[in-house]
Amino acid sequence: MSAEPVLTVRDLRLWYGTPRGSVRAVDGVSLEIGAGQTLGLVGESGSGKSTLGRGILGLLPEGAKSDGEVLYKGRNLVGASHRELRRLRGPELGLIFQEPMTRLDPLMRIEDQFRETLEQHESKLTDAEIRRRSLDTLGRMGIPPTRFRQYPHEFSGGMRQRIMIALALVLRPSLLVADEPTTALDVIVEAQILRILADLKENFGTALLLITHNLGIVAEACDHVAVMYAGQIVEEGPARDVFAEPKHPYTRELLRSTISLDTRELHSIPGAPPNLITPPTGCHFHPRCPDIMRVCPAKDPIETRHDGDRRVLCWLHGPESEIPPGGGEPIERERIAVAEEA
Amino acid sequence: MSASAETLVSVRGLKTYYSIRGSFLDRLVGRTGAAVRAVDDISLDLRKGEVLGLVGESGSGKTTLGRTILGLVPATSGTVEFEGKDITKLSEHDLRELRRRMQIVFQDPHASLNPAMTIAQAVGHPLQIHGLAQDKEQVRARVAEVLDRVGLSPVEQFMDKYPSDLSGGQKQRAVIARAIILNPVLLVADEPVSMLDMSVRAKILELMLALKRDFDLTYLYVTHDLATAKFFCDRIAIMYLGRIVEIGPSEAIYEDPKHPYTQALLRAIPEPDPRRTIPRDLPRGEVPDAAKPPLGCHFRPRCPRAFEVCGWEARDLKELLERRWAEMGEEGFDAERAAVGPAESLNEPATTAKLHGHGGASGADLAGLLEKARTGDPDDPFWTGVKRIASENGALEVDWFDPVDPRLLPAGPVEVECHLYDEAALAEAAERRGARIP
Repeated sequence: MSAEPVLTVRDLRLWYGTPRGSVRAVDGVSLEIGAGQTLGLVGESGSGKSTLGRGILGLLPEGAKSDGEVLYKGRNLVGASHRELRRLRGPELGLIFQEPMTRLDPLMRIEDQFRETLEQHESKLTDAEIRRRSLDTLGRMGIPPTRFRQYPHEFSGGMRQRIMIALALVLRPSLLVADEPTTALDVIVEAQILRILADLKENFGTALLLITHNLGIVAEACDHVAVMYAGQIVEEGPARDVFAEPKHPYTRELLRSTISLDTRELHSIPGAPPNLITPPTGCHFHPRCPDIMRVCPAKDPIETRHDGDRRVLCWLHGPESEIPPGGGEPIERERIAVAEEA
Repeated sequence: MSASAETLVSVRGLKTYYSIRGSFLDRLVGRTGAAVRAVDDISLDLRKGEVLGLVGESGSGKTTLGRTILGLVPATSGTVEFEGKDITKLSEHDLRELRRRMQIVFQDPHASLNPAMTIAQAVGHPLQIHGLAQDKEQVRARVAEVLDRVGLSPVEQFMDKYPSDLSGGQKQRAVIARAIILNPVLLVADEPVSMLDMSVRAKILELMLALKRDFDLTYLYVTHDLATAKFFCDRIAIMYLGRIVEIGPSEAIYEDPKHPYTQALLRAIPEPDPRRTIPRDLPRGEVPDAAKPPLGCHFRPRCPRAFEVCGWEARDLKELLERRWAEMGEEGFDAERAAVGPAESLNEPATTAKLHGHGGASGADLAGLLEKARTGDPDDPFWTGVKRIASENGALEVDWFDPVDPRLLPAGPVEVECHLYDEAALAEAAERRGARIP
């Protein structure tokens, strides 16, 4: 990735306690996003992708624990004070949620939501400047200025999401985290929003972490993709390369089971994602993996790098020196009981 | 559409309107509110043993149509014949009898199961409601049978569990088990996989296909997802704002979509192939308010191929101006907005509009403004619908051609409701093109 990443995450661990034990939602994640770069974080529900997104912004619920490093422009946000995080959120770190209606104040005109946001962080702006900045950002999102004084309920779902994005971008953050930003939208509107996100780097130079369960969205809007399974990033690299030639069996199987217009036959991954209290030993994917070897349940996989900018967490790709003798032999996958099926 | 002997459900001229309660003042003075035309004059046949997909965006009326067919929502007019009986005329008592034969699976498996009922209780509930089991043992035996059939086995592991103990896919299996326990002939599946993870969707679809084969079921598959519909359905009906805009065999729809809306839907799907990107010329905007649908063709305001006969009107001019202003800088907007004023007359469906200049602007000034907008984007289909622009007595008058309502007409193997495939409409459009007053 580029020389000066906006965000560097190193060996981040996030966990929280439940009556049944502690849930390791994020289990040793490292990643980087450079200026103007878009990283797609894909995973199924329960993979820890949303927790990771929130953890980066310091937005975890009370009681959640964290360890490792989240370096934003060189500053470690893990352990940063509430005060410092609050100062960074907005002008430096932006967040776009899934359901825009629940994130806009229903009793405030759009104008006032922008005024509040700008006044909070840039107190020196005059009224005229606030209006210009707001209208300019809204205009780029295709919201006509005639609607500046309307309330959130007067807008359609897609327009609300555009307003949310404009509200995040009006402060010109260097990093934007978008958590399933199009899930609640219809397909044509989703395509409109994806176009806006894909153009962010040209129009705003923003680094984007796009969290989604939809591989199609990653292919559409992201340069890089990180695939998450059971709290870990199992594969990362340029989206084009990863999709064309996935290295991790989970990535490959996930791509195969995605139903698209090209789907000729249905395919699914046996079993279900594990709970994160007691994940399977060794590689967390081994109970469902068609390529399981002797070493997989016995030893935690070690990340390997390939072709310069790809990495994968799977014994199939080595390192050879760490695989015990005979560890590379394929073994019969335990039959997954129908009861374990999702 | 001729009703053949194998027709299971025959829908004719079906309308389902929801009345909107007006404001307090409206009710006080006895004004009745408007109506949302969720299903607006739909006719279709569901053949025995087929999977018919009802595909559309939110607000298209697909869910309401599915529910009206089951009698869960009262029809406003029209008929729904199920095995020869018009269910819109049946009493609640007779409908209940019929409901054994038709069942529904909802989108959200978490919300479809009572959290206080065990899986065995929930799945066996229909047997009790319809008084079809003599005793508890009989219910349990039958429940075990269907649970096994939907893949929740060994069944003892699931019978006494609560929904919260099950994964999303397992819950949806339980919901399906409950739907088939009465041996229905028709199953309406309303987005049955859209809340499930990608790696699970295929399993549920496969289960549904297997059940269809084994129990000779007919499916009405309600979805917004054209990719699963392509795989799952024999025929597809594309819905938009309460109307079927295209219907036909799946292969024909996917290979050669006719309606510009179908074309747009197919092109907008994000495919997991980074070499292919979504084209940039997609329809703008969103599904409009069904209480005040556009004149003529409902898709017209968003349609890249709309032309003279599609029903252009005053509200399209407002949208055109707003699009222009969104792109314009603040100063340009302020000046133009001051001249146009609030333009209340552009909020209602009408084929003629009169705009008075504000802040000293004359009708001619407004005409000049429109001309600028036209020069800025001369290919916008909006201009094909403008019949006359004139400035008189300080005001600007704009007339549009009268709307022509599109009809569902055969086009090759499909039927499509679009003027592009209607000879009469094309001829009318050619005539109007010559009659435009500059």
